[in-house]
Formats: sequence, structure tokens, C-alpha cells
Amino acid sequence: MALERSDVEKIAHLARLGLNDADLPRTTDALNSILGLVDQMQAVDTQGIAPLAHPLEASQRLRPDQVTEHNQREAYQAIAPATENGLYLVPKVIE
Amino acid sequence: MQWEVVIGLEIHTQLATQSKIFSGSATTFGSEPNTQASLVDLGMPGVLPVLNAEAVRMAVMFGLAVGAHIGQRNVFARKNYFYPDLPKGYQISQMDHPVVGKGYLDITLEDGTIKRVGITRAHLEEDAGKSLHEDFNGATGIDLNRAGTPLLEIVSEPDMRSAKEAVAYVKAIHALVRYLGICDGNMAEGSLRCDCNVSVRPKGQAEFGTRCEIKNVNSFRFIERAINHEVQRQIELIEDGGRVVQETRLYDPNKDVTRSMRSKEEANDYRYFPDPDLLPVVIEDAFIEQVRSALPELPPQKVERFQRQYGLSPYDAAVLAASREQADYFEAVAAIGGDAKLAANWVMVELGSLLNKLGIDIDQAPVSAELLGGMLLRIRDNTLSGKLAKMVFEAMAAGEGNADQVIEAKGLKQVTDSGAIETLLDEVLAANTQQVEQYRAADEAKRAKMFGFFVGQAMKASKGKANPGQVNEWLKRKLEG
Amino acid sequence: MHELTLAQIARGLADKTFSSEELTGALLARIAEHDGRLNSFISVTAERALAQARAADARRASGETGALLGAPVAHKDLFCTHGVRTTCASRMLENFEAPYNATVVEKLDAAGMVTLGKTNMDEFAMGSASENSHFGPVKNPWNLEHVPGGSSGGSAAAVAARLLPASTGTDTGGSIRQPAAFTNLTGLKPTYGRVSRWGMIAYASSLDQGGPLARTAEDCALLLQGMAGFDPKDSTSIDEPVPDFSAGLNTSLEGLSIGVPKEYFSPGLDPRIGDAVQATVAELQKLGARVVDISLPNLGHAIPAYYVIAPAEASSNLSRFDGVRFGYRCEHPADLTDLYKRSRGEGFGAEVQRRIMVGTYALSAGYYDAYYVKAQQVRRLIKNDFMAAFEQVDVILGPTTPNPAWKIGAKSADPVAAYLEDFYTITANMAGLPGLSMPAGFVDGLPVGVQLLAPYFQEGRLLNVAHRYQQVTDWHRRSPEGF
Repeated sequence: MALERSDVEKIAHLARLGLNDADLPRTTDALNSILGLVDQMQAVDTQGIAPLAHPLEASQRLRPDQVTEHNQREAYQAIAPATENGLYLVPKVIE
Repeated sequence: MQWEVVIGLEIHTQLATQSKIFSGSATTFGSEPNTQASLVDLGMPGVLPVLNAEAVRMAVMFGLAVGAHIGQRNVFARKNYFYPDLPKGYQISQMDHPVVGKGYLDITLEDGTIKRVGITRAHLEEDAGKSLHEDFNGATGIDLNRAGTPLLEIVSEPDMRSAKEAVAYVKAIHALVRYLGICDGNMAEGSLRCDCNVSVRPKGQAEFGTRCEIKNVNSFRFIERAINHEVQRQIELIEDGGRVVQETRLYDPNKDVTRSMRSKEEANDYRYFPDPDLLPVVIEDAFIEQVRSALPELPPQKVERFQRQYGLSPYDAAVLAASREQADYFEAVAAIGGDAKLAANWVMVELGSLLNKLGIDIDQAPVSAELLGGMLLRIRDNTLSGKLAKMVFEAMAAGEGNADQVIEAKGLKQVTDSGAIETLLDEVLAANTQQVEQYRAADEAKRAKMFGFFVGQAMKASKGKANPGQVNEWLKRKLEG
Repeated sequence: MHELTLAQIARGLADKTFSSEELTGALLARIAEHDGRLNSFISVTAERALAQARAADARRASGETGALLGAPVAHKDLFCTHGVRTTCASRMLENFEAPYNATVVEKLDAAGMVTLGKTNMDEFAMGSASENSHFGPVKNPWNLEHVPGGSSGGSAAAVAARLLPASTGTDTGGSIRQPAAFTNLTGLKPTYGRVSRWGMIAYASSLDQGGPLARTAEDCALLLQGMAGFDPKDSTSIDEPVPDFSAGLNTSLEGLSIGVPKEYFSPGLDPRIGDAVQATVAELQKLGARVVDISLPNLGHAIPAYYVIAPAEASSNLSRFDGVRFGYRCEHPADLTDLYKRSRGEGFGAEVQRRIMVGTYALSAGYYDAYYVKAQQVRRLIKNDFMAAFEQVDVILGPTTPNPAWKIGAKSADPVAAYLEDFYTITANMAGLPGLSMPAGFVDGLPVGVQLLAPYFQEGRLLNVAHRYQQVTDWHRRSPEGF
């Protein structure tokens, strides 16, 4: 099932990627080419096979509940595009 | 048409850990913006989460307290969406394998009946930061101090049938998490937040109506008002021939209305998948048993014990056990004062109305359990009458010292010397000869009414210090001589 | 001096034949002279390097020893380095200075290594040619018209051109082994979890693994020793003892069983590379190894599954680049959505955007089971194949790549053409197994690599086989003309 231009626009919106209209046909073709490759996997019989999310199948190690981090706002905000009064700034959020 | 209301709740409780769920930042409320936001909380490139053991332990405590199955293999998943208070562009949460499975909680309704509310699940996740909507030249400010605070999201079955039931359930959860010590329950600071799923259906209909979700309602009063308002809105909408649209709504307590949240209306496709930075959390049976054995006494057991141990009525036991702090306070007063029923009365009535008046919780009570218990001793040894005790209580609340100090300073010691009381009564009777004659001439029924007059005069003459029991006894003797 | 391997440098520094400062100065001069042709570095940190070299010399003068003390290295530009920008070869991070060090950087710094700079790569490690870089493509020193492989192409080209003896790389689907093969190096992808991922900017978290690139197996052992180890900051890091990788290098190969999967000799394989593989097998047989025919029946399904799993994880990993807290932010965003879309649309290159979209699609409602879950099931089949194979053999051997390095631009038009070149390498990432590529010949003047795979935690075995092979062959000693 090939992606249409509108599908690509929907995916790009979900991923918050601003695509140029001019690039859309090329992007659509490329994605269809990749999905064509990926779809070869559908032929594999995976009935009853448990998905494998992590290669080693280990279990999570837990961290003791200790405060180890301290205020480094100045250093961390030195690389931020826009801050004021210690806050990160974004265009107005409307709820 | 008769409508039935159906309510299910999602309660987000911030767990009372020292550090965040996936980083070593502090979780203290109210710090300067972004001073508690570490590399991990900020979602810096290259950073990785490591799970806080205490958050897991607390989730297990909750699960055991609501009789739930504890997941043995718990998977964290990413919930993907873009929002400025969500630094990584995904929230680490749980989807298919939550720590806490199906359980239940029994709640006591206003009429004293017990209702069982089903708990669908409870899962661990990280809190988001905060968007500050004050205007920064047309911009919104983002504070990520809260980002990564551990949350236990408790999802109920749609078992509640009125706003009052919903509030009773939230109160029961609130009490429970505080009993367990896993959440400070401070709703004003957002430690416990509630999303209400509300729908209506014609009475007798089996299928649920279309529901709306009211987001982030943060006080018991607002929960009741928001739900009632939403119920009204839905009923009116349907009766006017309209249809309820499934949506997320926001309650505005200032205007007492709910309104649609446009920002959440976009079709959500959260693309959940197992977080590849975190491995499955395996919870061993031995760990569960260890947590179980360390569980504190919970409300139902406490109510039962209060009745058994102290001879309290079911109602009094339930009221006193409603919060762990109040129950502990009561038990301390009872232990010092030596009379549980007297202690129950004072805690529920005098202390209760004082706290109500001041609008504070029992852990901030101006009269400590030690002070109150000490005062009860003076009531029991007849130093204080009930009336004097109230005066002493007020003085203690005003910080004037313990009961003995107040009694001493104000000369409030009850007069129990029978000679002094006799003299006093003789004076009262001598000053009211007319009433004495009337009394003696009256029948039994009238006498009973008139008796109070003499008691009042006697107490007044003694400035309230005469022992009322003795006054009664001697008056009767003298009048009926 | 530039021909010295890490092992030789260690001896030279220990013998005081030269100082770290002298060595560092010489290599910096070489970088200045030659890297214009290669574009293998994004940042050269000359001042810092000289300061580190002097500090290393001082440590040695005060009696400290250590194989890596004062030895030069360069980091793939996705390892966060405090004080030096970390770009991921992306416009998104063009000016990003991480406020912390990756664990790998921290460990190698502590061992006294001298960092000469940060190497060029495919943007966010997405690519097999190091062409997808905001800073321009990397050239293969063996033929400047050809790609050096990727995504760790800068790390490979710099070492192959003798600009330095060793470098760090990362491998998500072959990104260490394939450039090693294309540039006549030895490159090792360790067992998943062997090297900490803290501070290594993620492409696909369940597949990414850092490792060394060098000219010899002996040098890979030295550098891996410095990189490996349990890290409490990485939940997926494995708390297993790290063996002494150098100690087992000379172990005899007598009785070693080598599995050669029949599926490896597929029509896509350049027969001359097939010949090189057979020649390598013959050489190892002379060293006492015996060859066993084995089968990896699900090999052919690996690429489709990989191109679901890696993009799915990437689509989520790269969501944090939103123009708010760090990195590129578009000019004058009209609103929040515009801020996101333009910052990301302008900040990410085409291949990165493609993979984000593929991953977003694979995880989206209605497709999750058909794509993501299916791919994870295939992943288990692939792992199961290896578990069965390792019941029979000690190591698996085959080509690293189906073809030698292609011409720059030859596979730019169709992304899928390049994906197919990962045929031999990606299975190790899917299963989390250690894998090594070593030089094994030349085709048309371009290097050919042979890949060895071993069971979990047996990096030492891979290094041992490669080292013994390198004792009896000289492919790895050949250097590209003009460098």
C-alpha cells in the first residue's frame, strides 16, 4: 500500500517536520521505496514469536533514591536559544 | 427523562521520593525555575534515564493496599507528542505492563453505606514541566523543575454515579496515599491531580454515553462542581437534541464552567512503544512480601481496631481514621488522657471546629495532642468542668501554655469543696426566695423546667467554677429538703 | 611518527623515545596538511590537545604508567565533549556545546588520552557513506572519489590516512565495521551494553554501541580496554567484568571452529570479495582453525526489520531537537507549531527526515503491529539463528560488505540502494552480538574487509582471531598512496 502525498503530510505533521511543497513528491517516492523494502518482512511467518525489544533481555537495574544533581541552570541555559528570568521561552501556548 | 451519571477518574499522585523518577534531581516544590532540572530532565542529547527504586517500591505499596495484582515484568513505554513542557518529545510512562493491575477501594458514602470502586490499574510515569502563561513579550515561559517528578497514575473503573461519590473516592485515595506515606497529598501544589471522565445515559440503559474528560481538577470542591457542571451541560445538550462529542475539557473555577481544550483536540497518535533506554523491571515475589510486611495499618483495619480497642461507634471510628494524622492525633490524646471516648469527642468536636474555623489541617493544629491529652486529665480528676475545659482549650490554642498553667494563671480551678458549694447555694436560694416558693409549689414537670434556673444562678455566682455535678446534687437536696 | 600504532606509541612513550607533546604536535601538523583532502574532522582541537599532551607527559614524569597515557585519539562527533562542540554533523547541532562529557570521553580522558578533535560522520549516524554530513562528505584516502563508508567515516578515513592511530566510532547497523572495511582498518562493535551509551547521542538506542577503529586488532584491544565497562548512568550497560583484551591476543587458534553461513554467498556479493573471504578462511585453517558450514535462515529478513526498528527508535530519540533548550531554532517562529516544524525542517538533513518519517509511520496507530511488532518478532528469529549457530561454532566469518566502497554520490538518488549494503553487518546489532571487521585484501585498489562475529561478551575471541591473522598477513599494514 503506497503512501499518498496527504499521508506524507500527515506523517510530517506528527513528526513536526516542515516539508517544502517542492520536496513532497521526492519525499513521497523515497518513503514508498523504503516501505517497499520494509514490506518484504511481511512474508515472514512470525506466529507465536515474542517480540524482542532488547538484544540481551536483561532486567532493569534500580537507582537508590538520592539527590545527586544540583543547580546548573546557568551552564545549561547558556546553550539555549531563548531564555528569560530562568525560563525557556517559546511562542505563546494556547490551551 | 431520568439520567444516570457515570464517572471514572484518573488520579495523578506525585510520589514522595527525594529524587526524580529517572534522574538525581530534587523534587522539592517551589524552587526557582529550572534550578532542579538536570541534564536528564532537560532531555539533553545523549542522556539516559535510570529508574528510582523508591518509586517502584511506592507503587507496589499502593498496589498491595488496593488488593491489586503486582506486575512481575513491568515495561516502560514512550508516549510521543510535542509540547514545550515535555522536553524529550515523549513521556516515559507504562502502557501494556503497569506495576499495579486490577484492584479496588471501599469508600464510605455520606449516608454511611460502603461502596466498592474498582481500580483498573495504576502505573508509573514522569511528570511534565510547567508552562507559565504570563506574558514574556508574547512568549510562554517553560519551567522544567517538575519534569521527571515520579507520578503514580491511578485509573478507576467508571463505577461512580454522582459527583459526591467521585469526591468520596478521591478523598479515600487521598487518605490512602497519605496513610502509605507515598504522596504528601498537597492538592494546592499539584501533588494529587484529577482527570474526571464524565458521561450520562438514560436510567436503565446498559451502554455508556459518550464521555468527556475534564483535565486537572485540583481540589475536592472543584471536582464536585466541575462534574456537576459537566453533567448539567451534557444533559442540556442531549435534551436540546444535540450530541456529546468526546473531547478534553478544562474546568475554570473562576467562571464555574468547563470549556473545550483546543490544544488537545488534535487527533492524538501517541505512538507508544517500549522505551529502548529502559529494560523491563522485574519485581520478585520476595520483594512484594517484604513490602507487604512493612505496610502501615490502613483505614479499614484502623476503623475496625478503633471500635474494638476503644469502644467507639462505627461513625466516630470512621471519622477519626479518615486521615492518618488525625488518627495518630486521636490515639496520642487518648493515651495521655486515659479516656478514649472523651478524647474522640474533643478531637472531633472542639478541635474539629477550631481547625475548620482556622482552615488548617490537623498537622498544623495549634493545640498539640500532648496539650489536649493533659487537659483531659484535668477533666477526669474534676479540676475542670466541661465549660472550664473549653476556656482552657481556647487559651491553649492562643498559646497560653498547658492546661495546668492556664488553670493556675486564670484561676479556673473548679470548686469541688462541698462546704463552699453549700454556702454558695444558700446565698443563691436566699436571693431568690420567690422562685424557691414557686418551685416548691409546682408539680414534677414544672419543677424540672425551673431547676435549670437555679443551676444557672449558681454557676453564674461561682463564675462557672463550681462543679456542676455537685451543684445539681446539693440544689436538689436543698430545694426538696 | 604517524605510522606508529597505538601499541608502538605506548612503548615509545614508556621508553621516552618521544613525548606526547612531540607526537601530538606531529599529528596535528599532519592533520593540517592532509585533512583538507579528506574532510575527516569537523573540529580539530589543537590547543586543547597540546595541553592534554603536556598534562599526560607530566603524569608520566611523576611515575604514572598506562598504555593510553599520552596516546592520541579522536572522537566521532556524536560523543558529547564538554567545552568542544558536538555537532552530529547536523545543522541542528552546528553550535551545540554539550555541558557534559560522554562516559567514553570521560574514561579516555582519565586514562590520559589526547583528543585531537571530533570526526565527521553521517548526520546523526544515519548513513553508510559519510555523505550525509552538514559539513560535507568525507573522502576515502584509498581513492578520494570514493566514500569511506559510514556512519563513522571520518573516524575511519583519519586513521586510514595515518592522521592518528585510532579513533572512536559507533555502530548501529555496521557504522564501525563497514567504514573499517572500506578503509583497510580493524574495527570492533562490542556486545550491546559493553560500552556505555551515556553521552553518545542516540540514533537507535537498542542497536547503538560505541567501539574502536584502528589499524590493528592489537590497537583495538588497547582502545576498547579504555572504553568498556559498566556505567550506572546507562541502564542498558552490562555489569559484567571486563577482561584484559590484550592478554588473549596470542591464544592459539588450534581447534577453533569457524562457521561460514551459506546464506552469505548470495547473488549480491561481489565474487572477488567472496574469494577474499575464502582466502581468509584458508589462512585461518593454516593456523589450526576448522571450518563448519552453517546456516542463518532469517538473514534475508534482517534489512527490512532493521529499517523499521532503527527509524522507529530514531523518530522518538530525535524529538528532543525542538529548538527550545539547545540546538538550532528557526528565525521568528509564528507560533509553537511553526517553531517545531521549521526548526526541525531546517535543522535536519534529508536522510534524517526520511528516517524520522519512516519511524513515525511504523509506530503510528494502525501500523504499529504490522511494522514495529513484526520487526521485533523478526529480530528474535535472527537472534535465535545466531544462538543456534553458536551451539556449533566459536565464531562466524564472512564478508563485511557485499561490495567495496562506492563512488561518492553513486547511491544518493535511492536511499534503499545504500541500505542493502548493510546486509552483513546489521544482524550483529539486531542480536546485540560483538562483531569485528579486519582487512582481507583489495578489489580495484579498494580495501576489502572480513567480518567475524562471536557470542556475547567474547570480544576477546574476535580480537584474538584477528590478531593471529594479522601476524601472518600484511593487508592491514598497507597504507594509501599520498598519505
